[in-house]
Amino acid sequence: MYRYDEFDNEMVSARVAQFRDQVERRLSGELTEDQFKPLRLMNGVYLQLHAYMLRVAIPYGTLSSRQMRMLAHIARKYDRGYGHFTTRQNIQYNWVALERIPDLLEEIASVEMHAIQTSGNCIRNVTADQYAGAIDEEIEDPRIISEIIRQWSSFHPEFSFLPRKFKIAVTGHKNDRAAIKLHDIGIVITRNGEGEVGYEVHVGGGQGRTPFIAKKMTDFVPRNKLLAYLEAVMRVYNMLGRRDNSYKARIKILVHETGADEMRRLIEAEFAKIDASNMLTLPDKEAQRIMAYFAPPAYETALATSDILQAAQSANKDFTHWCATNVVSHSQTGYAIVNISLKPIGGIPGDATDTQMEAIADCAATYSHDEIRVTHEQNLVLPHVRLDDVKAVYDALVPHDLATPNLGLISDSIACPGLDYCNLANARSIPLAQDISTRFADLHRQHDIGELKIKISGCINACGHHHVGHIGILGVDKKGTEFYQITLGGAADENASLGDITGPAFTEDKVVDAIENLVDTYMNIRTSADERFIDTYRRVGMPPFKERLYAD
Amino acid sequence: MAQHASKHAAFQALTANRLLDGEVVYFTESGTWVEDFAAALVVESAKAQDLLTRATSGDYEAHIIEPYLFEVADGVPVSVREIIRAKGPTIHSHFTKPFSDKSV
Ligand code: SF4
Repeated sequence: MYRYDEFDNEMVSARVAQFRDQVERRLSGELTEDQFKPLRLMNGVYLQLHAYMLRVAIPYGTLSSRQMRMLAHIARKYDRGYGHFTTRQNIQYNWVALERIPDLLEEIASVEMHAIQTSGNCIRNVTADQYAGAIDEEIEDPRIISEIIRQWSSFHPEFSFLPRKFKIAVTGHKNDRAAIKLHDIGIVITRNGEGEVGYEVHVGGGQGRTPFIAKKMTDFVPRNKLLAYLEAVMRVYNMLGRRDNSYKARIKILVHETGADEMRRLIEAEFAKIDASNMLTLPDKEAQRIMAYFAPPAYETALATSDILQAAQSANKDFTHWCATNVVSHSQTGYAIVNISLKPIGGIPGDATDTQMEAIADCAATYSHDEIRVTHEQNLVLPHVRLDDVKAVYDALVPHDLATPNLGLISDSIACPGLDYCNLANARSIPLAQDISTRFADLHRQHDIGELKIKISGCINACGHHHVGHIGILGVDKKGTEFYQITLGGAADENASLGDITGPAFTEDKVVDAIENLVDTYMNIRTSADERFIDTYRRVGMPPFKERLYAD
Repeated sequence: MAQHASKHAAFQALTANRLLDGEVVYFTESGTWVEDFAAALVVESAKAQDLLTRATSGDYEAHIIEPYLFEVADGVPVSVREIIRAKGPTIHSHFTKPFSDKSV
């Protein structure tokens, strides 16, 4: 894993001291709220409905067990005993008191964590495939270039006051688990004809009020030129992005209004200038230095199959189900990737208590080379588990309600905080996710239905990714009451697509029935159990679903 | 749900968050900010702006942030948003705040 160097340490400590002073001045009345608000936002502190919320960055979703233990400690000491993992691979605390935040930040800085660039109109925390460095057929670990981007973008003066926030995601695998086409910049690590590693760059994706799938700007940028290329994209955006209207300020609008071809031309022209100056050419030595941090762990030599695992599977059906759903094969022979569902039946998607976090930290320390990953689908991953240890991990997770075998199934939904916490919300998201999960509690039924991604947002800002849910649910406000609009056919993977609205919105008490009607319709018309919900929708389109949904 | 008070509201109350910890607070008749909605001062809409002006002037304003008016009818907040702010999140029963409507 990446370790802070002297510069990182100084930068984070200086920021904590600066924020402590700002909080003191706010509490003494020296700073007004108007003066203080942008300062707190730069440090990840939002005001929500009931309290302040602090968002802590988890760069590219990677945590050590020491860091996870610290997150548990923070939950216990400064919050109400839990934290919420978000769709941006971060963690949010919902109940922190302003006066205690400087102490909190000082504590997390001791394990190389911070809340910088988790808010505001800057380049936000870079996200990456949660299976980085563990999945077979990966071209390169995406965390390497993510870390290089982090170092380039942190406190970059030119990009601290962009027209709007800016999000970058990276995948090193053909199966996109990082939703890269829904980001301002999405990067796919690739190889050219000569076998050299480089980057395919997509620009202008995003969700929110006006969703767009990103457009491919280039097939290949060599490793040492990527920062120059990204700087070129940022410069074009900074120069031409709309600052007069926040609804039109994201780069997706610029790409849409300018056209992909013209945008490509503008970026290339800027890129040529920066490249000629050689200022941002990444020295090979520096790339190698960062790469060393992400070298594979010291794997043991092991067989491709495990007698211990097989015996455990023969003896325990629940364990077998969990393995089939939540355990993924690893690039290293004799190892597996273990997914920890944070979606127990009827639970709150993405929430973890202090004791759960500690249990996961223990598992990572003992069984996963000290590593944990956060997924944008609000689950956690132990990336490097020996096949011989998979049952021991399962046994450690079960008592903490962390072994629900539902990865990718209907109860594994994404839900934003919604109106239970969020100041911008129209409607609640979490209770809906809980009700759907409870309605489909029968795991046999869930497995029978197969992969089905439900994504729920409490308002058009789309933090719950509803546009790209196979079934998306969007909370809308009608005169102070909650309604829900349903979309079908969205996807966030390499075949990304935006969902289509079914029709009029549903009242809260009708939504779960509506979801069940959609599922029943799919089950009746799918050609086989292998045809997923999204495949069926793409084959038949909206009519049969709509007909059933609005039959009464 | 960002807009809190409808133009046709007959009665309104004034809420904010406490500067120190973000807790939801309501403005009372005696000029204090308290956590309990039952103690909130409810006024006819015609007088609501005056209430906002009074509450955000002088000493009061330093201890709270983002004050705004919201609609009250039959002794309870009208919008789901304000009911949730008054009662706490609906998803953790142990975080629910004591809540009594003003008609009791
Ligand atoms: S989608 Fe809306 S309601 Fe949900 S967290 Fe984002 S801003 Fe809040």
